[in-house]
Amino acid sequence: MSALTFKLKSRPDQRVDMSPLVCHLLAGLEPIQIAAIELQCGKQKLRVDALFSISGFDTQKIVIKNSFSKLDYIGKELSGGEIHIEGDVGAYCGIGMQSGLIKILGNTGIYAGCEMKKGQLEILGDAGDFLGGALPGNKNGMKGGIILVKGNAGDRVGDHLRRGTILIEGNAGDYCGSRMIAGTIAVMGNTGKHIGYAMRRGTLLLWNKPNLSASFNDCGQHTLAFLPMLFKSFANLNSSFANNAIAFNRVHRFAGDMSEIGRGEILVKI
Amino acid sequence: MIINGVTIDATFAEAFPMKGTRAIITAQNEKWAMIAAQAMTGFATSVIACGCEAGIERVLTPEETPDGRPGVSIMIFAMGGKGLAKQLETRSGQCVLTSPTSALFAGIDGGIRIPLGKNLRYFGDGFQTSKVISGKRYWRIPVMDGEFLAEATTGQVDAVGGGNFLVLAQSQPQALAACEAAIEEMKKIPNVIMPFPGGVVRSGSKVGSKYKTLNASTNDAFCPTLKGSTKKTDLSPNIESVMEIVIDGLTKEDIDKAMRVGMQAVCDLGAANGIERISAGNYGGKLGPFHFHLQEIMA
Repeated sequence: MSALTFKLKSRPDQRVDMSPLVCHLLAGLEPIQIAAIELQCGKQKLRVDALFSISGFDTQKIVIKNSFSKLDYIGKELSGGEIHIEGDVGAYCGIGMQSGLIKILGNTGIYAGCEMKKGQLEILGDAGDFLGGALPGNKNGMKGGIILVKGNAGDRVGDHLRRGTILIEGNAGDYCGSRMIAGTIAVMGNTGKHIGYAMRRGTLLLWNKPNLSASFNDCGQHTLAFLPMLFKSFANLNSSFANNAIAFNRVHRFAGDMSEIGRGEILVKI
Repeated sequence: MIINGVTIDATFAEAFPMKGTRAIITAQNEKWAMIAAQAMTGFATSVIACGCEAGIERVLTPEETPDGRPGVSIMIFAMGGKGLAKQLETRSGQCVLTSPTSALFAGIDGGIRIPLGKNLRYFGDGFQTSKVISGKRYWRIPVMDGEFLAEATTGQVDAVGGGNFLVLAQSQPQALAACEAAIEEMKKIPNVIMPFPGGVVRSGSKVGSKYKTLNASTNDAFCPTLKGSTKKTDLSPNIESVMEIVIDGLTKEDIDKAMRVGMQAVCDLGAANGIERISAGNYGGKLGPFHFHLQEIMA
């Protein structure tokens, strides 16, 4: 069965709430019913077939073509199945995702993977701010699953991260891992200012030495047994992180943020 | 039944239900993994007084262990789940946590989850941290040589304990040589351990005793020095030594396999090497519901 494909006919001026077009909500619906679903577009409600040409039947594998940066909430609370997006996406892609796979060929807006619980979010381009973070006012960000960014990520990566793994092949912006509660963020490129700001627990794994604040304490250089296992768990990813040659277990450990409870750590490859 | 001159008695070994678990110990090298494993499985020959029966299942290559280091797989069996969990915890804490460079992982993925590193983490005095990797939680406990890594839980499954057979020989050296040959082969079978020293027990017991405080005592029917003094000896005049191999396993089938290769190894030595008979600890059905009929196993 061919993938259920939504091809954007033309770019609307207003932002579009794509949250109804997720695998578990479309399961069992006929094409005619899917076409009649209404999507919020600015103040208007537009039928799916007014925005997209629809083809294919497999509701567990959705493809969105010609996507652009005003399509918000793609894959909201996705519970199983796959969504492949050709192009950029707007804000809140994969918010509250519960399982399944979202793969974005382009860039994402803010809050991608925010408060996701499980599953895998792959961003082949760049990610916006608050990747895997918590919505404003909420205390818990991402709670599980994996976010993989092949490009760069914006500011506040993993803000309030509770559990799960964020992997960034490129650079991360300022306040990476801010207010982290636990979990793991790995950055192969460079990181911005105020890394680990107010983090409580969790691990920031870095390939390059960061600009650390005074509230991180040097714990020396160590061989850590869990790192090979962590790298091994990335083996099936379509990523540089899966390359066995990049794995290491010797790190320089910095504990912090001492302005918080200081149980977090920044591990820098030696 | 006679194989290579060795008589296989028409009897059965009795075994009983136990709870079992497996843990994997790794270390910087096989030497230190083995040291930790030997410590953890020490003083665990019989539930009669040790609280559990434990043994080394096999050595693991780095490719077989979770952290890619040399390792040893150990198994622990106890009469109940609570006892097993307690033994696992105290032995892990005193023997593996303390052993240099060691790490500890679950050896059974399914079953009822029982604590492995889950409670040991408190040794970290608040400095411990956990990592969830591929859905499994690991505890990183800071210790003086670096970090002790322990998986939070391992699996407890229903198991079988007390499978056994007796090797009856013309002399003590011949009985021991036959048992050594048997153990060598039985070690190759997965999911079983032979918990006694070197896998062999020379003080097989019977159920009960003339002394009220004891629930097991020497198996006088198989004691060669009592041939003339016990009421019913099971030994012919030419048998001078009897040794027993006890097997605990995850399933009856695992014990079947281990008994078969063990008894075959004994039979391969045969009457030419002084092996007279193979028998079993049969307690008339008083000991347990699992019966291992020797002749059926060797058929």
